[in-house]
Amino acid sequence: MSRVPFLSSLSPARRAIFVSLGFVFILSMVRILTDTDDLTSSGTISSTLRVATPILLAGLAGLWAERAGIVNIGIEGMMIVGSWLGGFGAWKWGSWAGIGLALVGGALVGLVHALATVRFNVDHVVSGIAINILAGGATEYLSIIAFKGQQGGGESQSPTGKGGYGTFDLPFLSGGRVGDWTSPDFLGWLEKKHDIPLLPDLAAVVRGVTSNVYIPTLLALAIVPLTAWILWRTRWGLRLRSSGESPRAGESLGVPVVRLRYQAMAISGSLAAFGGAYLSCVLTSTYRQGQTGGRGFIGLATTIFGNWNPVGVLRGAMLFGFPTALKFRDAKNVPALLLVAAIVLALVTALLVSRGKTMAALGTAFGAALALFTWITVDEVPSEFVAATPYIVTIIVLAGARQQLRPPAHAGQPYRPGDNH
Amino acid sequence: MNRQKLQRMLVTSASSIFAIIVALAICAVILLITGKDPVKAFSTLFGAAGETKVLQGMLNRATPLMISAAAVAIGFKMNLFNIGVEGQMRVALLSTAVIGGAVNLPAPLHIAFCFLVAMATGAIWAGIAGWLKVKRNVNEVISTIMLNFIALSVVAWAFDTFFRLDKEGESTSLLVKTKDLPQSAWFPDLVDRRLNGMLIVAIAILILFWVLVWKTKFGFQLRASGANAGAARATGVDPKRMVLVSMLISGAIAGLVGMRALMGDVHAYQNNLAEQQGFNGIAVALLGRNHPAGIFFSALLFGFLGEASGRLQLEDIPKEIVTIMTGIIVLAVVIINEAVKRWDDRRIQRRAAAMVEAAS
Repeated sequence: MSRVPFLSSLSPARRAIFVSLGFVFILSMVRILTDTDDLTSSGTISSTLRVATPILLAGLAGLWAERAGIVNIGIEGMMIVGSWLGGFGAWKWGSWAGIGLALVGGALVGLVHALATVRFNVDHVVSGIAINILAGGATEYLSIIAFKGQQGGGESQSPTGKGGYGTFDLPFLSGGRVGDWTSPDFLGWLEKKHDIPLLPDLAAVVRGVTSNVYIPTLLALAIVPLTAWILWRTRWGLRLRSSGESPRAGESLGVPVVRLRYQAMAISGSLAAFGGAYLSCVLTSTYRQGQTGGRGFIGLATTIFGNWNPVGVLRGAMLFGFPTALKFRDAKNVPALLLVAAIVLALVTALLVSRGKTMAALGTAFGAALALFTWITVDEVPSEFVAATPYIVTIIVLAGARQQLRPPAHAGQPYRPGDNH
Repeated sequence: MNRQKLQRMLVTSASSIFAIIVALAICAVILLITGKDPVKAFSTLFGAAGETKVLQGMLNRATPLMISAAAVAIGFKMNLFNIGVEGQMRVALLSTAVIGGAVNLPAPLHIAFCFLVAMATGAIWAGIAGWLKVKRNVNEVISTIMLNFIALSVVAWAFDTFFRLDKEGESTSLLVKTKDLPQSAWFPDLVDRRLNGMLIVAIAILILFWVLVWKTKFGFQLRASGANAGAARATGVDPKRMVLVSMLISGAIAGLVGMRALMGDVHAYQNNLAEQQGFNGIAVALLGRNHPAGIFFSALLFGFLGEASGRLQLEDIPKEIVTIMTGIIVLAVVIINEAVKRWDDRRIQRRAAAMVEAAS
């Protein structure tokens, strides 16, 4: 999509803003057309943010690992460890201790993966699978030891954690408090003007991400620009990426590839575990077995969908979280998304036709027609399809937009330091 | 068998056994730290080996593991990673329960028909990943992971929407199932209600696997592609065709993984049927070094651990220690293999150097 004459003349950041605005505009039109006010309500947006945060963290975990050259299939396992430690820490010492414990534990699991893949040169996928098995077994084992027989706890569930996190509301725009005085909720007022296109939707989007936001969510969001800054603006980040692109070239320039990979995996593990702890400490206040429910793999998908780019990962996490959030609020709203998909696919078709890519255009046109047809015929989208959306989208993106994707060149390949041949 | 080959086989078996010992040792430490007695745990676990019932359970559990490990191993032989056995199995389970339940045939034919349906469905689902790899260069690890989750959703939806029987009178048990398979599609037991005959099929698959990989031209090309893709291509092996064909074969075998549970046990599809059996094959294939004999013994080991772990609970030791053991075995076996390979490389280099020295 990056070669529309008008869009390609813009800088990447402006282009992203423009495309997002266009997307909100489509949502706005669909909202008015289908009379689904909840499609872009601030409630939906803030719920999307909550669903998306663990996915975002898992996606960033994948990004950090792969940027340093290690494929991390074990994200799910690291999330499981994080959710368990989060539940345990929150129960014993309080909510922040839960997250802290998860960060430390996740880093350790990340280091195990690094030890296997870097020191022992084990296949990255195999090591990741072993970590997933180990994490599942270890948490189930420890739950029985630690939680069984405790008040509110059980074989597969931790007792309720202590303390919460507090939320954040932006003053003046989203009704945040300044001292004892509650400032006006300007965006909340604008959001209710449902008849106008675009403006209330934008207000809702901004209000959704600035009101009633958990502090850990803000921390997770802050990791996105932080990651971008560290990896693309610091010397350490450049070296880290070089060990993911071409470790031999890096090594010849004195980059300590092995040490960087250990550091990156510690960070990757911590991020994944933070995502797990977010589920057991922030969204709920108990650890439950199976709580992560494959989010680690959605995170992996998000890393790919986001093109190994922090902002892309954020976009992917929000996009993957959106249908789920909409479903949680009211399953009746989900079909409107089909119309959104149809419109977006139709636009992509037009774009492909203008570039002379007939075959791809046929594919997207078929997709658009299918989405439109489904929208007309069904009243409710089965929740199984909502759940499968991220995986389907990722496969389509991998198969269809391969030219636009650029994974780190050396991710997942065997490497032994000093093996320059 | 020449001396070198024998030596290599001994080293391979020794390293697998060493990995198991390492895993046992680490688990003993974990048990000690968490205040459980490892001696009691292991004697309970391995003491169960004397009971016929446990051994029958072990063989029942080992049956699907042998099949799924064979499905994984055929991909491994050419460095193709089919993590999607679980999804391929699940799709095949539902399609076989539905299509196999809709026809009426004499018993042997009906069973063969069910196998064909299962293999075809598994192959189609794996074929998607194969096609994506060949035509669009999509990494099969990612695509099979995604396809696993898609399979889970699609099958759950199709089952819930079209095939479940929950009206009163239609279903005989409280569990929601599909319609029962006709008796002619039931796979007979070897020991009534204790040991299912699918074990024979699993062993036959392992033998066929051995013949296919080590005794045919295709198998040679497969191993050549795995050992050195460039050299294989130079001798006229079409890598794309190899990827697609091995993915299809792997998927066809994967389709059979759930058949013990479906045709030999439950006789209808239900949620969670044969859950994890496709996935567990990965660990079995890794421990068995992708060799049929190795797979056979590893499947027996994991089958035994799974069956005997129930005994631990009587001693107030969580049976999940066995899952931890599985994970450690997988890690230990690949680490030890890598170390052995390096040692072997160095040994060959030294010997070659010595020969050069002697010749000059």
